[in-house]
Amino acid sequence: MKPDAQSPKAAAPAAERLAGGSRRALDTIGRLPPCRWTQALLTRWGISARTAVIAVPYLWLLLFFAAPFVIVLKISFSETQIAMPPYQPLLEWAGERLTDIRLDVNPGNFLYLIEDSLYLRAFANSLQVAAVSTLLALLIGYPLAYAIARSDPRWRGILLMLVILPFWTSFLLRVYAWIGILKNNGLLNNLLIWLGIIDQPIVMLQTDFATYLGIVYCYLPFMVMPLYANLEKMDLTLLEAAEDLGCRPLRAFASITLPLSLPGIVAGCMLVFIPAVGEYVIPALLGPADSLMIGKVLWTEFFNNRDWPVASAVAVVLLLLLVAPIMYFQRVQGRESGGRP
Amino acid sequence: MASSAPAPTRPSHPWNDPALEPYIRIERVSKSFSGFVAVDDVSLNIYRSELFCLLGGSGCGKTTLLRMLAGFEEPSSGKIHIDGLDMSGIPPYERPVNMMFQSYALFPHMTVDQNVGFGLKMEHRPRSEIADRVAQMLKLVRLSEFAKRKPEQLSGGQRQRVALARALIKQPKLLLLDEPLGALDKKLREHTQFELVNLQEELGVTFVVVTHDQEEAMTLSSRIGVMDHGKIVQVGTPQEIYESPSNRFVAEFVGSVNVFEGQVTASEAGRMRIRCAELEQALDVLSNAVAAPQARLWVAIRPEKIQLALQPPQAASNWTRGLVKEIAYLGDLSVLLIRLESGKTVRVTRPNVWRHEEESITWEQEVYLHWHDSSPMIVRE
Repeated sequence: MKPDAQSPKAAAPAAERLAGGSRRALDTIGRLPPCRWTQALLTRWGISARTAVIAVPYLWLLLFFAAPFVIVLKISFSETQIAMPPYQPLLEWAGERLTDIRLDVNPGNFLYLIEDSLYLRAFANSLQVAAVSTLLALLIGYPLAYAIARSDPRWRGILLMLVILPFWTSFLLRVYAWIGILKNNGLLNNLLIWLGIIDQPIVMLQTDFATYLGIVYCYLPFMVMPLYANLEKMDLTLLEAAEDLGCRPLRAFASITLPLSLPGIVAGCMLVFIPAVGEYVIPALLGPADSLMIGKVLWTEFFNNRDWPVASAVAVVLLLLLVAPIMYFQRVQGRESGGRP
Repeated sequence: MASSAPAPTRPSHPWNDPALEPYIRIERVSKSFSGFVAVDDVSLNIYRSELFCLLGGSGCGKTTLLRMLAGFEEPSSGKIHIDGLDMSGIPPYERPVNMMFQSYALFPHMTVDQNVGFGLKMEHRPRSEIADRVAQMLKLVRLSEFAKRKPEQLSGGQRQRVALARALIKQPKLLLLDEPLGALDKKLREHTQFELVNLQEELGVTFVVVTHDQEEAMTLSSRIGVMDHGKIVQVGTPQEIYESPSNRFVAEFVGSVNVFEGQVTASEAGRMRIRCAELEQALDVLSNAVAAPQARLWVAIRPEKIQLALQPPQAASNWTRGLVKEIAYLGDLSVLLIRLESGKTVRVTRPNVWRHEEESITWEQEVYLHWHDSSPMIVRE
């Protein structure tokens, strides 16, 4: 650390004064705790502590979300070439001068996504699989979360832990485990044959059924957690009030519990739907070989076809497709936390 | 609705009329929660158009009793009849009873008019009828302009009125109120108390109110049931409760009181002479209580019934003396704590009738305390 960097006033002509002044400044800094001189430094730069704290997550997002996205966006507008990296640069210096920039925007990749029905079908199929899985997860997750939220408080912690417990094992291992259960001579078929329910194994692996099963199984905790958080904090006297006013328990659930848990339902559905749309591993391992999931298409374009620009275009479109539900989710979250007037 | 239906004429003391069928009959009702007895063998009759208060400290079982009337709890033993109907096994949504909750329990996702109209909607009434009755009800509680607000946009007093309107719209035979004014500030509370009484008289609905606030119970009720440890200790009009408490708990819970332990030295018809170790002079008490000579008992005197004098009274009984230890000036009255020679501290209140008192009593001054022979109350332990 240069001593004169500490104080701008130390730039006085007299060298002795400079040395003395900076020594004093150093002394002062030495006596202060680190947080104080950090604050002093930030204040000198015109940054308040508040701004500094808020800046950290923004910086993180800028570095690890916005910047990669810009790169992907850039690649999506370029053309593929057999080289390293396998795409043409978007900006090129055509001449000697600095201003001779050739901008090569190529919307062809996006047009290609529309021309080839494969991509549209893959997007539609992914959205459908994600939507159906989300609905199934909601139908299973809601009663589960409801039961936990209404159980004896002593049991709640244990029951919740059982919901989260699968996360202690690798995601990939759990998906592989389903292969062992679902395959023709797997656990489930053997059990059904042993019980005498069937005499021929049912083909379950590499079917849409297995895809749905895998997605619902893997994402169920993401549905249960927000629903539980919502249902658990509900004021139960509201249900008593409803009953007191002549409302039967089932109707009370429909007109009080359900509408009040809507933010939890939206949160859970978004947490399942958004990752499920781009899901690659589960359909690849459990689903049919010809399954058209956009995550799988993305993988194929990127690694098998080595067509980075088209893969990037697919990724950009996927992101744009998901922006709408994410924004809706944000709005509902904001409303729940009382941001509404 | 309130104005169209003529208010039933309320007999002044229905509980004194043996021919009258009680509206609510609570017969030997007990309720225990896993070993803990919340309500212990309570029998109580409440009459039509009464405003009955259940008064007691926290955990005395008053709320449990109320919840049994509403149907949220089933009695462990005993029976509850409302309007001649046995209520056992009847769920809350089928009882002719509505309740106003302590927390108001307004539905946060519904507007004020949706909240108020909820009960009628559950009865599948036509939409136009619901709208009309909601409008009437909101007018009655003076909230017409807030119909489209959500509960969170209302003040505490407004929420309380929404809860009241919601509970009254089904014209219940019985309205249960759990600490109806607990969440309001003092000024609003006083105002609302009278409003509640007026509304009750106007509609003629039977009210059962649970409260821990004796002042609230006094202002509101036709009769009070004082509860302690799951039992009803005394039932009576506010005046009976205050002036003739049946035991020491009631005397001390309702208002403040000075209690002395004494021994009967002589008794004749309607009169009793009691010797208290803590008082210099004997007590000469007008009382119909029957007590054996030498029996030990408790004598309670309300602070406002003790007079102060600077000269010793002429009487041979019903007075004592002490030193003024504390004076609290409360504006309308002053509270004095006076230490007797026996060491006992006696609480005395004096109304501040004059703006500037000539002969004022000050700290450490010796004063004489005297009272009328009708003032001391004989109470059981």
